[in-house]
Amino acid sequence: MNVQTFTPQAFHRQAHDALGNPQIRSNFRRAMDGLMAKRRDAFGDWDIETLRDLGANIRLRALAKLPDLLEQLEANCQANGIRVHWAEDGEQACRIIRELCEARGARHVIKGKSMVSEEMHLNDHLEAAGIEALESDLGEYLVQLNEQTPSHIIMPAIHLNTEEISDVMHDRTGTERTIDVDYLTAAARAQLRERFMAADVGISGVNFAVAETGTLCLVENEGNGRMTTTVPPVHIAVTGIEKVVEHLRDVPPLYALLTRSATGQHVTTYFNMISGPRKPGERDGPEEVHLVLVDNGRSSIYQDNELLDTLRCIRCGACMNHCPVYTRVGGHTYGTTYPGPIGSILMPHLMGLEATKDLPSASSLCGACGEVCPVKIPIPDLLVRLRKEAVGEGRGNVEGAGVKRDRKEVLAWKGWQWLATHPGAWRAGAGVAGKFRFLSPSRLGPWTDYRTAPKPAATSLHAMVKQHRRKLEREDEK
Amino acid sequence: MSARESILRRLRERADGTLPIPEADFSVVTGRGWSQEERLQRFEARISSVHGEVIHASTDEWVVALREMLQTKGVTRLGLGRDHPVASEARAALQATGIELVDAGRDIETWSREQFESLDAGLTSTRGGIAETGSLWLWPTPDEPRRLSLVPPLHIAVLDAEAIEDTFFDVVERHGWAGQMPTNALLISGPSKTADIEQTLAYGVHGPRELVVLIRH
Repeated sequence: MNVQTFTPQAFHRQAHDALGNPQIRSNFRRAMDGLMAKRRDAFGDWDIETLRDLGANIRLRALAKLPDLLEQLEANCQANGIRVHWAEDGEQACRIIRELCEARGARHVIKGKSMVSEEMHLNDHLEAAGIEALESDLGEYLVQLNEQTPSHIIMPAIHLNTEEISDVMHDRTGTERTIDVDYLTAAARAQLRERFMAADVGISGVNFAVAETGTLCLVENEGNGRMTTTVPPVHIAVTGIEKVVEHLRDVPPLYALLTRSATGQHVTTYFNMISGPRKPGERDGPEEVHLVLVDNGRSSIYQDNELLDTLRCIRCGACMNHCPVYTRVGGHTYGTTYPGPIGSILMPHLMGLEATKDLPSASSLCGACGEVCPVKIPIPDLLVRLRKEAVGEGRGNVEGAGVKRDRKEVLAWKGWQWLATHPGAWRAGAGVAGKFRFLSPSRLGPWTDYRTAPKPAATSLHAMVKQHRRKLEREDEK
Repeated sequence: MSARESILRRLRERADGTLPIPEADFSVVTGRGWSQEERLQRFEARISSVHGEVIHASTDEWVVALREMLQTKGVTRLGLGRDHPVASEARAALQATGIELVDAGRDIETWSREQFESLDAGLTSTRGGIAETGSLWLWPTPDEPRRLSLVPPLHIAVLDAEAIEDTFFDVVERHGWAGQMPTNALLISGPSKTADIEQTLAYGVHGPRELVVLIRH
């Protein structure tokens, strides 16, 4: 399988390629249709609006108290024996984790699913230091075997079909070519069990970090998360600073929203709540547990009342599943760690608007993402805000703001504004435009790819109304 | 300045000032008011729908049901604790059956590979069940450690019918979890599964392929 590199800068070309790829179109269409139906069923007997309000308010309360809760989380984790580390950016977080691995002489790291670790390219960093980092979530494992990145935050290998997966596993691990999913799953189980036993360190993400109790919560179906956090002698959990919640009682509603929104499940197979390393007398579990709190742009999102809502996200992926753009172009097209609507409002802060300027526009603003978001993030409003930032109208506190600002466009709009507020000039202009309408271009850039170019009317509406009035007056006179 | 200090300072010196703290109404995750009968039905329906197998037995005779199930499934090596009544009653009942009883309460370093490779099943007690989602809640102990419900291909969980409560929120609140969190608290709702290969459901990807819930009445 050929390895492709995707970048947000090449969004338009990548989207064009994906739209012309029937395999991608059908893989995503089928998967997303299924997920949308399952989500609807899973919320069937719920007062979903009340539950979403609760979810939103829990997240907003956590954000309102964020610095205090982070300190409380740190103190309670430390009291439980979890060592807490802080990182301003991905690079620093990678270094902290590498040093923790090196301190243990670790050569083999097994990983549970963690989008933050993808965001900071942890695997590459560890491998450059001679430490093997192996993904254990089945989807992540397959994507890693295929030398790709995840195309969905919950279902990383959703872009591959069974035959493609069978080929990858055959080529890389020597399994038989088959479309028997049970066989492929069992083969991966056997391969990864050896790796769990051999791993020196387990690295996982965190779904919710509870300040009140110093507890790290992990949501999963496979059991690889439990393996990763239980089998190796060291567990390193890595998370964005926004994942903290205040109370343990805040967790059940968020968990209920997360699983139903993500995969339409009433509950996942495992909900794993870790509050410390192995205590004296306990028989298994890691000797050391570390928590790495990563900022990486989040504290600057936090400064702004509107952008702040981005940080409510609980990473369910429902906005992707329901997005008419994502469903058609797939996750790789965005060229970013987080694809789809949430990626389009988050990645500009992580990478700057210059690299990601096309993402806020990769939306029809249909509103589906905001409608399904379990914590009511007004995603369409945030997309519009970032569009404004890109053309330099916003407050400019997003890195790269104004990157799409075009002097000619600004002048054109200024001219338009002047004309529209000066009726005499407007009418004269409309008259001239009507007379010379044969000169108006038939192609207007990409706009006319799917539309006909507008032509000024031979007679403007103003003129027609005037003529009509005169006619009526003449009839009255008669 | 350390990373910690500068992150906290940026958060504290927020450009748009302090944020209002919204009220949260938790009524939607509690107050189901189900009878014990309804709880049991819901629990069984939910956990069965995700391939959990439910066996009903009386509190006196449950070990008979356990023995029959183990023999049907061809279990020859069973991992279990010693101290918990579930484990000690099971041990007494399985003495002369030919099923090898493997002591799970040992330091894992002494038998990690053995646990991975040669156990057919793990038997654990549970602290309770959750009707709404068909979940078991476990707080692993030195007697029944964390991996006993994870590594063997079959997990047998013993649950008392009256220990099933309505919702996860109810369990967390009524049992005062926040004041006494153990090293590891778990909800288990079915056997290990994945849909990562083209959304096709497959069981037993990393954890147990089968989960049997033995409900005692």
